[in-house]
Amino acid sequence: MQTVVHVLYMLASVLFIVGIKQMSAVKTARGANALSALAMGIAIVAAMLDIGLHGKIGWVYVGAGCVVGAAIGAGLAMKVTMEGMPELVAFFNGLGGLASSLVAVSMAVLTWSSAGGALRDGSVTSWDQVITVVLSIGVGGVTLTGSMIAWAKLKGIMSGKQIFLPAHNFVNLVLVVVTVGAGAAAFFVVDPKETTTLYALLGASVVSSFILGVTFAIPVGGADMPVVVSLLNSFSGVAAAMTGFVLYNNLLIISGSLVGAAGMILTIIMCRGMNRTLGNVLFAKFSQSGGKAEEYKNVKSGDPVDAAIALANASNVIVVPGYGMAAAQAQHALRELSDMLRDRGVTVRYAIHEVAGRMPGHMNVLLAEANVSYDDLFKREDIEADFKTADVVLVIGANDVVNPLALSDKASPLYGMPILPAHEAAQCFVVKRSLGAGFAGTKNVLFESDKTLMIYGSAKEVINRVVEELKAS
Amino acid sequence: MLSPLLIGLYVFVLAIFVGRELLTKVPHTLHTPLMSGANAISGITIVGALACASFDSPAAAAIGAVAAAAAMANVVGGYLVTDKMLKKFARKD
Repeated sequence: MQTVVHVLYMLASVLFIVGIKQMSAVKTARGANALSALAMGIAIVAAMLDIGLHGKIGWVYVGAGCVVGAAIGAGLAMKVTMEGMPELVAFFNGLGGLASSLVAVSMAVLTWSSAGGALRDGSVTSWDQVITVVLSIGVGGVTLTGSMIAWAKLKGIMSGKQIFLPAHNFVNLVLVVVTVGAGAAAFFVVDPKETTTLYALLGASVVSSFILGVTFAIPVGGADMPVVVSLLNSFSGVAAAMTGFVLYNNLLIISGSLVGAAGMILTIIMCRGMNRTLGNVLFAKFSQSGGKAEEYKNVKSGDPVDAAIALANASNVIVVPGYGMAAAQAQHALRELSDMLRDRGVTVRYAIHEVAGRMPGHMNVLLAEANVSYDDLFKREDIEADFKTADVVLVIGANDVVNPLALSDKASPLYGMPILPAHEAAQCFVVKRSLGAGFAGTKNVLFESDKTLMIYGSAKEVINRVVEELKAS
Repeated sequence: MLSPLLIGLYVFVLAIFVGRELLTKVPHTLHTPLMSGANAISGITIVGALACASFDSPAAAAIGAVAAAAAMANVVGGYLVTDKMLKKFARKD
């Protein structure tokens, strides 16, 4: 039976890898996801075969847990909108971390009871197990509460402001020491009657890792949450791999490290897109003046009619969508506008910055939902050279990613960040609620340019008005 | 004879390299579904949670039950939202 189980685990590992490989093209992606789900199904069947039917009490508990969990997951997945995707992914991610942490605790409790309270006995527990259990508890716990903070910040339950405790880094250090120390100490409780001490130590380790997740995530500003979500995604994978070490299960190690790599790559892409190091995103304190200090001069504003006329007369248009577009749910109106322009023979392309939207690739999903073909979406590197020849650039709800200060002003917090050069186009319309600053808190000199016309209002209303104007003309 | 921890480390490191090779080829357009799909895979700890069912200690099984609920929500929810997103992309072909 062991052989069958391991062949199935191996099959599942291979299918996970093939699934990820097929994620490299839009055409095969949906099948890839199904393949990955199949692999998960095979893994679950194999795990059940492995366990057999011994331990009947356990089955009732764990079976009930599975049913409840599956129902919660399905329910949340059915309700979610494309805008709400980042927070739901963060939430699920946290649950994955919780599972890893609890499996490690359960494993420790089991080892204790089966060995009659002698965890330190070399034949039962080696140092290997101490290390892996402690890491699994620690990484899992941080993933849980860190993800929940990210969830709350993305959902707007918590403000996006950075929160620092006094001696923040010292507090983090203490929490790391307590998590590791208490978890390790639990393995050195030798008296079989000391069950309370064992639970207290394991509990202290778990609770301290939970607090660490909170202190890890609260200093990160709302706009940087996508980086934290990617990083925690990576952590959840590492936590799963650690659980694999605890259980000596290669399937968990392989799939966990694949997820760990995925999260890490996305984290690096996001950081590069902002020209910041991961350390800077996680630990640096930014001024929170909200950019009130700098006044705008000579800003010209227009109305949707101006935009409609300019767009109708253009032959080459680039759209730069940002978070404001997603917040106003303007993607459907925007697609209608680009379809109309295209019918008039205007070329319309979308320029997508790495950090547009609220998680890596989020903008692409929002536009896909509105039926914008992914062939019309261009990565920053592929389209930045074309801004020079564009007749009209339409910036919708984006700010920092089109700020030319990033190219020229060494004192600017944005300096060095790759931007979409909207200022190079012949004419630029910026649809925005107000002149409020972006996350970086600096003023955007694009808005003061002679070639720029600001159109104030909600992205959806403004675009709808432009569409009406074009219909009328 | 290598300890299981060392064998596991070999597998861990090699799998990270495989992951890196494959994942850098995923286009930016698919990064959100990639993340939610990867997230679903991290629910593989369900295998660990199921293992808790075989434990004789009721305390271990009870903790395992909560772990199973969390992992199962992650797995089922993760795959469903990923499919929901990829459906939007597929519609235009």
